[in-house]
Amino acid sequence: MKLTLSLNGHSTELVAAPGARLLDVLRDAGCTSVKRGCETGDCGACCVLLDGEPVNSCVVPAAFAADAIVTTLEGLNDDPLMRRLQDCFLEAGAVQCGYCTPGLLLVAWQRLREGGELTEYDVRHAMSGNLCRCTGYAKPVRAVLDAWEAMP
Amino acid sequence: MSDKRNDAHLIQLTVNGRVHTLGVGPQATLKQVLREELNLTGTKSGCDAGDCGACTVLMNGRAVTSCLVLAAAADGAEITTIEGVAQGGELHPLQKSFIKHGALQCGFCTPGMIISSLELIGKKPAPEESDIKAALGGNLCRCGTYPRIIKAVKDWRSFEGVDLDTEPSDEGERDQIRTHSTVGRGVPRYDGPDKVTGRTEYTADIRLPDMAHGKILGSTVAHGLIKSIDTSAAKALPGVLAVITAADVPALRYGVSPARYDEEILARERVRYVGDEVAAVVAVDEATAEKAVQLIKVEYERLPAVFDPRDALAEGAPLIHPEEAEKYARNINTQVEWHFGDVEQGFAEADCIVEDSFVGNRTYQCPIEPHASVARWEHHAGKLTVWSSSMAPHYLRHMLSRIFEIPQGDIRTITPCVGGGFGVKAEATPLDLCAVIFSRLIGRPVMMKYSREEMFHHFRGRHKQYIDMKIGVKKDGTITACQSHILLDGGAYTSYGIVTAYYAGSMVPTLYKIPNYKYDGYRMYTNLPASGAMRGHGVPQPRYAFESLLDMAAEELGLDPFDIRLRNAMQPDTMTCNDLDISSCEFTATLEQAREQTGWNEKKGKLPPGKGIGVGCGGFVSGAGYPIYRSKFPHSNALIRLSEDGMAASLYIAAAEIGQGCNTILPQIAAEELGIPYHRIWLVESDSVLGPTDLGSYSSRVTLMAGNAVRMAAAEVKTKLLEVAGKQLGCDMHGLTARDGRIFVAEHPRIGMDWDEAARLAFSADGPVTGTGHYSPPPGLGGRYKGAAVGTSPAYSFSTAVCEVTVDLETGYVTVDDFYDFSDAGTVINPVTFHGQVEGGIIMGLGETLMEDTLVRDDGSLINPDLHGYLVPTISDSPRIVSRAVESYEPRGPFGAKEIGEGCLPPILGAIGNAVYDACGVRVTELPITPEKILAGLQKNREKTGRTP
Repeated sequence: MKLTLSLNGHSTELVAAPGARLLDVLRDAGCTSVKRGCETGDCGACCVLLDGEPVNSCVVPAAFAADAIVTTLEGLNDDPLMRRLQDCFLEAGAVQCGYCTPGLLLVAWQRLREGGELTEYDVRHAMSGNLCRCTGYAKPVRAVLDAWEAMP
Repeated sequence: MSDKRNDAHLIQLTVNGRVHTLGVGPQATLKQVLREELNLTGTKSGCDAGDCGACTVLMNGRAVTSCLVLAAAADGAEITTIEGVAQGGELHPLQKSFIKHGALQCGFCTPGMIISSLELIGKKPAPEESDIKAALGGNLCRCGTYPRIIKAVKDWRSFEGVDLDTEPSDEGERDQIRTHSTVGRGVPRYDGPDKVTGRTEYTADIRLPDMAHGKILGSTVAHGLIKSIDTSAAKALPGVLAVITAADVPALRYGVSPARYDEEILARERVRYVGDEVAAVVAVDEATAEKAVQLIKVEYERLPAVFDPRDALAEGAPLIHPEEAEKYARNINTQVEWHFGDVEQGFAEADCIVEDSFVGNRTYQCPIEPHASVARWEHHAGKLTVWSSSMAPHYLRHMLSRIFEIPQGDIRTITPCVGGGFGVKAEATPLDLCAVIFSRLIGRPVMMKYSREEMFHHFRGRHKQYIDMKIGVKKDGTITACQSHILLDGGAYTSYGIVTAYYAGSMVPTLYKIPNYKYDGYRMYTNLPASGAMRGHGVPQPRYAFESLLDMAAEELGLDPFDIRLRNAMQPDTMTCNDLDISSCEFTATLEQAREQTGWNEKKGKLPPGKGIGVGCGGFVSGAGYPIYRSKFPHSNALIRLSEDGMAASLYIAAAEIGQGCNTILPQIAAEELGIPYHRIWLVESDSVLGPTDLGSYSSRVTLMAGNAVRMAAAEVKTKLLEVAGKQLGCDMHGLTARDGRIFVAEHPRIGMDWDEAARLAFSADGPVTGTGHYSPPPGLGGRYKGAAVGTSPAYSFSTAVCEVTVDLETGYVTVDDFYDFSDAGTVINPVTFHGQVEGGIIMGLGETLMEDTLVRDDGSLINPDLHGYLVPTISDSPRIVSRAVESYEPRGPFGAKEIGEGCLPPILGAIGNAVYDACGVRVTELPITPEKILAGLQKNREKTGRTP
């Protein structure tokens, strides 16, 4: 099966075996920031933005991405807001093993982009689908709030 | 975005037994799909034109060059790549045979060689030599491993059902010295198993997450001013991440030698040869980068150009570096004027003076692996990692530090395995520099590679030399004087050329005692790709001239060519006329053995018309006495750490493995000195963060210099263990010996303990057991005159080569039938890699003498920048070779070792030239010796004598 989609800003044609998950085709296409953690939609390590919304790509059939806009962390590395967020993560010590980090960054970035007031509760709510076994969440939450405070 | 995503075809491939469904673009090749989509990087990319055979795979049982097969045309095919040859971790007998016979050096051609051989033995399980030559005719090996590959394929069935042990093995290679356990034995190459299975990682095989790909645009004019550069169309192409020109890169100049930094990362105002770097693109993939680079429009104002160093020297010739018109007046890049003794006096004493003019060729190293570089700039840490196919990663790091103004300590250079160097990969390239600039700019890792054609443009190959040489000889053959005047074609930039200009003069008096010597050298700028350092750096062409003149003088005086050489042969512990300190030297023995073992006396002048025999001699430094830039740091360093259980030793070194075998030799030296078997060494290599600095694999320096550093590190570890063992055994440590995994009282070998037990005791008492070693050449080498440093070395090698040729008197075609080489390389550490280097040097030298030359059109563009126009020797050109080590003991070398990698090449040219003369009476003074030149010489002789030869 061939599917056309916009991947990180570029029109892309990918080949997917029937039944393939979005997780697999993205990793095959070189987007290895999309991590395989549980394959049941529980951990959020495979989080990507599908038409702007965070989804767990391990439970999304690849076919759902046909004609869709898909964004992975690779596509945001040049984005100023993402760069600021990454700096805040590093400064706050919000990265330990790093395996959940791409997913955390994506949901936090998407929440920051939505704009509006942001409380600690909002951040924790946005990240509630992303499991982190290392940090205990305190520093990632701090990092997102720092990034929000630094926003113009 | 790249073509391969558009209009994709769905195809099904069965690769190594596994079915893959893939979408491929109409232009995608099978090679691209295997390497880029399936990550089967054992299939190598060498030329993209079906010439080199490095990408050979089996398609439905037939060997094909996968770069020429469209992926869409392979739909439904069964493919076997090198990764599929070993089954379940068990090597194929053919692979074992390759390892045991030493039939691989840099290893880049090895996957293709094995695949082509597999097709052959499938059809004919007991192939003859002629079958092998026919089957492997399309697989090029620049290391010249052909004789060993022939043996390995012939002998493959001997390895059926046999375990590949890693114990020392003779395998037809005589043990050189039986007093050692590991040194002197042909242990299998450390990198053998990885190289025969396609698992060895070369720079272009690196796959980093989020990696982008860059491409450089070269100038289309040979000399001109850049009027404008329009990058808008390239920038607008989807998938392009950045485009840079001179305005975006550091403005400083760089190069090899601080005395002549004359290169720009991207040309600022002026381009100086066709291919000079003008702009560069980085994109999401290689295809997009290639497309984008073609969209850059550059407008040039053409200037008069000069392509011949004789024209460049003429009054009124266009200046190639006018911004430094005084420094480079008359396009002279480097000028050497040496006079030792008194040549006037010397020629006055001579009974016979012979002189002639010789012209060399612009040969190119042509490694099968194209240059590649990957850079990753760590924005947050301010650190830089560069993977590069570099022979001298230390100089690369030095240059990166200077250009990007970051401390060397913040730069990590990693040299994956290098697929052949021969001098061409010894400096920082625009690939390295642009990859770093792009990575910093876009925040992603960036890979950059040269195509085969771009390699010829980047060049750094052999300087073409125009040599006028004269020697004076007494009746008994004693040389009284030598004088030479040499113009070197340097191309547009300096590269290693200052050193080349000095080497062309300094090495002439090292082989024979020359009391009076004068050398005038001029390295000229021309509007051609820059010449650089190639195997035997600057030496082979003057050596060709000298060896030819020696034979001419011998003929005139009625002397045998061997007698005139023996009369003047260098002796041990001699200071040459130009203050080079010759230490060990068995040159005379190489001559005597060559004469005796080749049947010279029965053959010389007695072979039928068209058959000839000739002798040529040569040698080289065992490492340069001084580094490229002033530094007091040791030239080579090593670190050893024992495993906690004492069963293994990790050896940390930063020498570059380029096929010459240093990652086998150095563990051998470590094992010997430590007193444990070779297979207990782990090698951690070529990473500036892990291993201490080594200047690099150039000037044939690694065995002696890194070998000494490794031996010193091992000695420190051994001392610690002997101390512990002495306490444990209750005896004086000075009476103890470590050997073959035991520590024992030398006089009572039964009193002792296991080596690993001593290591455990040492670790328990004091923690990690480590040793460090370093090596610097003896201080004060060389004379006090200008340029005296070039040619200095701790030790020198000496070789005598004899060859037999057949010249077809109808066509002028030369076939080299037999080669015999007798080399004094000191103690041989590993006879398999030693003879492998000699054979490779003979075959490369044969190519230089008979077929290789880069040719230039009137507009300065290259005629043959590819492997079907530039001829390198194939397996069919490979002669029968007998290689013999004539050992000396070099007190400055590890276990007495010197060098072999470069010194084996300079004798070859003269040996062939003299044999051709013996066969047909034609002395060709302009290389290469092509059939046309021989026919013209035969015609001239006929006119002179009025009869056919």
